[in-house]
Amino acid sequence: MADDEAGTLQAEHADEAEPASVPRTGGKPPRRKGRGGAGRVDIQRLNAGGSGIGGLLAKIILLGLLDAIVVWAVFVMAGLHMWIPIVIVLLITGAINWIYLGRGKRLPAKYLTPGVVFLLVFQVFVILYSGYIAFTNYSDGHNGSKTDAIAAISANGLKRVPNSAAYPVSILERGSRLYLLATDPKDGTALLGTTGQPMRVVKDATFADDKATKAPGYTTLNLAQVLDRQDEITSLSVPLSTDPNDGSLRTDDASTGYVYRSDLVYNQKDDTFTNSAGTVFVDNGQGEFATEDGSKALSPGWKIDVGFANFAKAFTDSQLAGPLWRVILWTFAFAILSVITTFALGLFLAMVLNHPKLRGKKIYRVLVILPYAFPAFLSGLVWAGMMNPEFGFINQVLFGGAQIPWLTDPWLARVSVILVNLWLGYPYMFLVCTGALQSLPEEVDEAAKVDGASPLRIFRAIKLPLLLVSVAPLLIASFAFNFNNFNVIYMLTRGWPRFTDTTLDIGSTDLLITMVYKIAFGQGGVRDYGLASALSILIFILVAVVSIIAFRRTKALEEIN
Amino acid sequence: MSAAQTTRRRPFNLGRWFTQTGWRHLVAIVMVVFAVFPLLYVLSASLNPSGSLVGSNDLFQTINFGNYVKLFQNPDQPFALWFANTLVIGVVTAVSTVFLGAFAAYAFSRMRFTGRRIGLLSLMLIQMFPQFLAVVAIFLLLSALGDVFPVLGLGSQLGLMLVYLGGALGVNTYLMYGFFNTVPMSIDEAAKIDGASHAQIFFTIILRLVAPILAVVGLLSFIATTGEYVIASIVLTDPNTQTLAVGLYTFVSQQFSNNWSIFAAGAVLAALPVMVVFLLLQKYIVGGLTAGSVK
Repeated sequence: MADDEAGTLQAEHADEAEPASVPRTGGKPPRRKGRGGAGRVDIQRLNAGGSGIGGLLAKIILLGLLDAIVVWAVFVMAGLHMWIPIVIVLLITGAINWIYLGRGKRLPAKYLTPGVVFLLVFQVFVILYSGYIAFTNYSDGHNGSKTDAIAAISANGLKRVPNSAAYPVSILERGSRLYLLATDPKDGTALLGTTGQPMRVVKDATFADDKATKAPGYTTLNLAQVLDRQDEITSLSVPLSTDPNDGSLRTDDASTGYVYRSDLVYNQKDDTFTNSAGTVFVDNGQGEFATEDGSKALSPGWKIDVGFANFAKAFTDSQLAGPLWRVILWTFAFAILSVITTFALGLFLAMVLNHPKLRGKKIYRVLVILPYAFPAFLSGLVWAGMMNPEFGFINQVLFGGAQIPWLTDPWLARVSVILVNLWLGYPYMFLVCTGALQSLPEEVDEAAKVDGASPLRIFRAIKLPLLLVSVAPLLIASFAFNFNNFNVIYMLTRGWPRFTDTTLDIGSTDLLITMVYKIAFGQGGVRDYGLASALSILIFILVAVVSIIAFRRTKALEEIN
Repeated sequence: MSAAQTTRRRPFNLGRWFTQTGWRHLVAIVMVVFAVFPLLYVLSASLNPSGSLVGSNDLFQTINFGNYVKLFQNPDQPFALWFANTLVIGVVTAVSTVFLGAFAAYAFSRMRFTGRRIGLLSLMLIQMFPQFLAVVAIFLLLSALGDVFPVLGLGSQLGLMLVYLGGALGVNTYLMYGFFNTVPMSIDEAAKIDGASHAQIFFTIILRLVAPILAVVGLLSFIATTGEYVIASIVLTDPNTQTLAVGLYTFVSQQFSNNWSIFAAGAVLAALPVMVVFLLLQKYIVGGLTAGSVK
């Protein structure tokens, strides 16, 4: 029996393995082993190890796992009414099942799908999402919807409502998140909610002495747990309803809750907030509530589309425009110089060490690629230590106590960065070039030698052109890599020395990418995701333009055809 | 390979030796000094009991392992955890990357299908754009994901690994594709005639023949992942979940000069696994593919 099954499976797989270029003789591929011809099946049997069944089993288990996780995820999302993500997830999962359960033409997809799914979500989607964020005012204080902002403003400055009724409460937990289970003192119904999720009525709660204590699907915290998580519990603020003016329920002792209401009252009809002093805050069209004269604004604001405002700001803002141009120029200079220096040194060294009679070349090869094996982020830090003007090894020992500002003078810092990047980058070029050199046909070399060509001539007329064909795409990739070589810059100089004509944290050795990082996640200052994304889009465009031009010129694409 | 070369006995001639290989030794030695010196410097600093940057300039004057002990004693800087986190994230990502990349490269190299050319072109384009360019979007995506599925949100190592896998195809497929193409199709065809399934051909034949590129890609991915700072620094906010890159940077940048020796000790230990793997896979990386199996 087992043999028969294996044979059938083998036959099926063998059919699949036919490349699509081989014309099919029409009709469905044979399912039964009999059609394949007896002799063929016999050979298949001989080869049929456990792999056919093992493979099938693995496939079924993996697909089953995936489907199970997806079903669970869909239930979770359905609970939060996330219908669009559900549809997307179901479509993707359906497609994956369809691909792996079918045969024939879907074969390439079987091999491509795993990588492509990740690629689509975490590379393509996030790029598109960046593109979207670039056109919004997404930043600290503008990171949610207007409804969220209204709720948050109402929740800020909460004050306990005088004479508020006392709600008996229990603390519940689900998935490490805490919930308040309150009993309405008026009608005794059980209410459940948490920060950001308004109270809803729970019908099947368990009561003890007219106080709701348990709800299905949630665990009730015991006294020890309550004491343990006091801070979390006192920070819970559960809106009584979706109308923020109803106030929120909070508890100080985990047993009784009171209604708290904001000092600011939201008026739905006029879309305004009014505080107890009578000041009116209106929607100012820029994603926040502000007074008519703009002197005061409420925080948080919300996210709105701002069109090209971020791009316009980057190139016109007096604090930003000048430094940005300098950063762009330096980014190009850094990338080009890095490629040239590392390739030149790597190729040179590869040629030097690629000699059949050279003794000890193995040990040399190991030693010269060590910088590559050393983690790049550490290299930046180590060199930063060695180049420290006051205490560093280079000034103290090599230059006898000189105070050369390796990393603090704008131009010298740029030279230092290139030098350190050369140290980091040449081993890669060395490896690539060594590989390429070794794969060059030796016959050509020999033929040229027989014809009396000098070594230099052989290099220039034969080796280099052949080498460039295979490494040109890598050189372009190296350009793109260095264009965004975050680690070296950030670890070595942090982009400093800082420009003197701006208050922003931008400096002489900043690349665009380090600038993006500092704008989005820098210490101090507002985290401006919109502006940071606009700059990343700028990087995309620059890298894309350069790559396209470079690929055209090197004709690297011809290889694909 | 080159071990088999035995030198023929000839009278030794210094001039000829120098023009042929001697100058190569000279260049190589200069380069070795350039390459290795910073590494020796860190090693020396890590063994220096003075602890500061300026004290580290006396190379190998005193040797003391105190910094390594201190490294593991401060709970604010949980070095052992960082180390384990880095290893786990690096290994899982590297292995998965190799498989995802090899699958795709196999399809592109061995099968002809609609969209193949476009697919290859797109991958080539995509590899120009490192993931961390979209760091803002990744941050916001994970933040949103975390609201629904806390296991994947900000602070989650699993989430970080998934993000890294998004870059698996872009960077490596093209590299692998070229290498897969150097394995003759006749091997596949022979195996197919013998009745091997596409999966058998892939797992038992092709993967072995392309082992060098798998090693290279795995290693590159491991190095890239363990040294990745941008995304890791925004995803892993809790010191206990951080990787070495994030943890050590934060540690040394707080008090650059004073923490120097302890940082150096951490750097030596952090670099060790990468360098060990690197040296172990030497032959694959440097030697390239052994001669094809079809003559």
